[in-house]
Amino acid sequence: MAQSIYVGLDMGASRTKVAVIDRHGVLLGHSAKKSGINFAATAAICLDASLELAGAERSDIVNAVATGYGRNNVAFVTETSKTEIGCHAKGCYHHFSEAITIIDIGGQDNKVIKLNTKGQRDSFKMNRKCAAGTGAFLEEMSSRLDIPLDEMNNLASQATEMIKLGSYCTVFSATEVLENIRHGKPVTDIIKGIFYSMIQRVLEMDSLTEKVVLSGGVVAHNPYLVEMAAELIGRPILIPEFPQLTGAHGAALYALDATTN
Amino acid sequence: MAEEKRPQRKKIEATGQMLKIMSDYFYDLNDAAKSTDRKVAWCTSVGPAELLRAMGFAVHFPENHAAMLGATRMATDLIPEANIIGYSPDICSYLTADIGAYLKGVSPLAKAYPGIDAPPRPDVLVYNTNQCRDVQDWFSWYAKELDVPCIGITSPKNFTDVSDILIDDVTQQIEALIPTLEEVSGQKLEMQRLRETVALSRECTELWRQVLETASVSPAPLTFFDGTIHMGPAVVLRGTQQAVDYYQQLLGELKQRTVDKVGAVDSEKHRIYWEGMPVWGRLRQHSELFAELQASVLVSTYCSSWIFPDFDANDPIRSMAKAYLGLFIVRSDAYKEGYIKEMLEKFHIDGIIYHDAKTCPCNSNSRYGMPQRLEQETGIPSLVISGDLNDLRCVSDEQTRTNVEAFIEQLEERK
Repeated sequence: MAQSIYVGLDMGASRTKVAVIDRHGVLLGHSAKKSGINFAATAAICLDASLELAGAERSDIVNAVATGYGRNNVAFVTETSKTEIGCHAKGCYHHFSEAITIIDIGGQDNKVIKLNTKGQRDSFKMNRKCAAGTGAFLEEMSSRLDIPLDEMNNLASQATEMIKLGSYCTVFSATEVLENIRHGKPVTDIIKGIFYSMIQRVLEMDSLTEKVVLSGGVVAHNPYLVEMAAELIGRPILIPEFPQLTGAHGAALYALDATTN
Repeated sequence: MAEEKRPQRKKIEATGQMLKIMSDYFYDLNDAAKSTDRKVAWCTSVGPAELLRAMGFAVHFPENHAAMLGATRMATDLIPEANIIGYSPDICSYLTADIGAYLKGVSPLAKAYPGIDAPPRPDVLVYNTNQCRDVQDWFSWYAKELDVPCIGITSPKNFTDVSDILIDDVTQQIEALIPTLEEVSGQKLEMQRLRETVALSRECTELWRQVLETASVSPAPLTFFDGTIHMGPAVVLRGTQQAVDYYQQLLGELKQRTVDKVGAVDSEKHRIYWEGMPVWGRLRQHSELFAELQASVLVSTYCSSWIFPDFDANDPIRSMAKAYLGLFIVRSDAYKEGYIKEMLEKFHIDGIIYHDAKTCPCNSNSRYGMPQRLEQETGIPSLVISGDLNDLRCVSDEQTRTNVEAFIEQLEERK
């Protein structure tokens, strides 16, 4: 049976995410995949996987909005785009409709977005031209340690001590990590230090309001990072159901708004 | 796929005349350098150009040459040449690009003006550190390399009020330059000629002020990006009749645009203040980026820095001192914030963009809390973008685009 669905495509530098929602904004289907080198092909795979999960067809799409670095590479679905800052804000506010500070940790960049009670942006900041605190930092460390990315969270949570890294430069940090390996420090303690460095760099970007939401792929796959963040700011952190999808979900909500307003 | 939206760039008719007087200026400089009877002085952009002109020097401005290196996107490849001899990639990329160009034996002048190979060889180098210390280091390198005298004004910095003590200091420093300049030029300073030059400088900068202030109406008839090009004569031909004539022509055209309601940006929706240097190698891209978003970047500290209301032909040297001290860049944050607040009001600004230029700390006013303070006081939102005036290795086009688009979305939400 035909249904009205709305699609958000978040073509991130690292991962492509697609969200399919109904006319009430409810998430029906979603998918995420490495963006790779052919953004359009990846978007098509993610779109079809999301539609399958939603039990829908491409012909059911009423409207779609793209976001992320590759937002202009998906003209086969939509030519309408919004920035990822706008979409993350929209997606997070959908889950937490109050004044919030959103911290999105992406593969290549971080964003700190402050929203007022109406969901309007008061300000936003992106990281400077530096990988500190981004997923790219974690990927580099995982590669240096020769430990798969998906094992990092588990190892960090087993640490008994923490090896602090002093530098915000990825290259300098990698040297520090190697130095600690040379001195026989436990790898769990080193990884905890890497996590601490990441979250510290992100929290340093801006002041925070009372309610803090964490989103992004790094958060989705590393719950221990969220625990550390909560400990550092001294209060619980809000997490959407699918932290990696907030940008795509926000884009889908923009698509829905455009047809109802 | 739909055809890509290309914003229309409205050509300013006076541009042809500007290109002509700039061309005449460069050829005259080249002739002066080759002649046996004329002398060439190099001067920092807010150095004592009036004094040099009045003493018959042909005046070259290395900052103008460095900006050309940036605009032609030659700079990024030349900066490493200066890095190799010890000038860090973290210092002024005007300095490193210009010295790099000298070391490599290239110049954008050679391409633009057939017959000119390089900037004119100087007989004397004259700086004013009111902009930064780097200009002194820059000129000192050439002084040693070319074995020519290097003299200048060491300016007070970070003051709020231009007090008599400061004016006395700089006046004396200007006067102290005169004997060396007389010796190099072989002629005595004629006070009447200095008065005339200062009067022309005053007239030029007054017209430039009026040109920039045409943007206070909506839609604004020119943008910051237009301004960075059309300020050329105000920088290099200050104190000449050609500059005065040119700005009269430009002003007439822009006034007509305001009468006809011709905006530099189609369907202007957002009015933006630009604080900091332009990214010379991205002028066109940035101009188009904002135009696509119906945002007019219509006023800037940078272009307004060549307005010197203090020039006074009746008291030429002291008024020069006052004018050079009045420069925005040399003042305290308290002064700068008061100045920007006035501009925000006068030009009906919706948002401010601060360009944090990696190699130009003195022109990057986002590093000591100014955006936060101004936002708190005025309620006008701001955005800081990372980049550089000349070194494109410090520029991320995608980050800039995302930041600017998100900022305009933010302004849109508040409309």
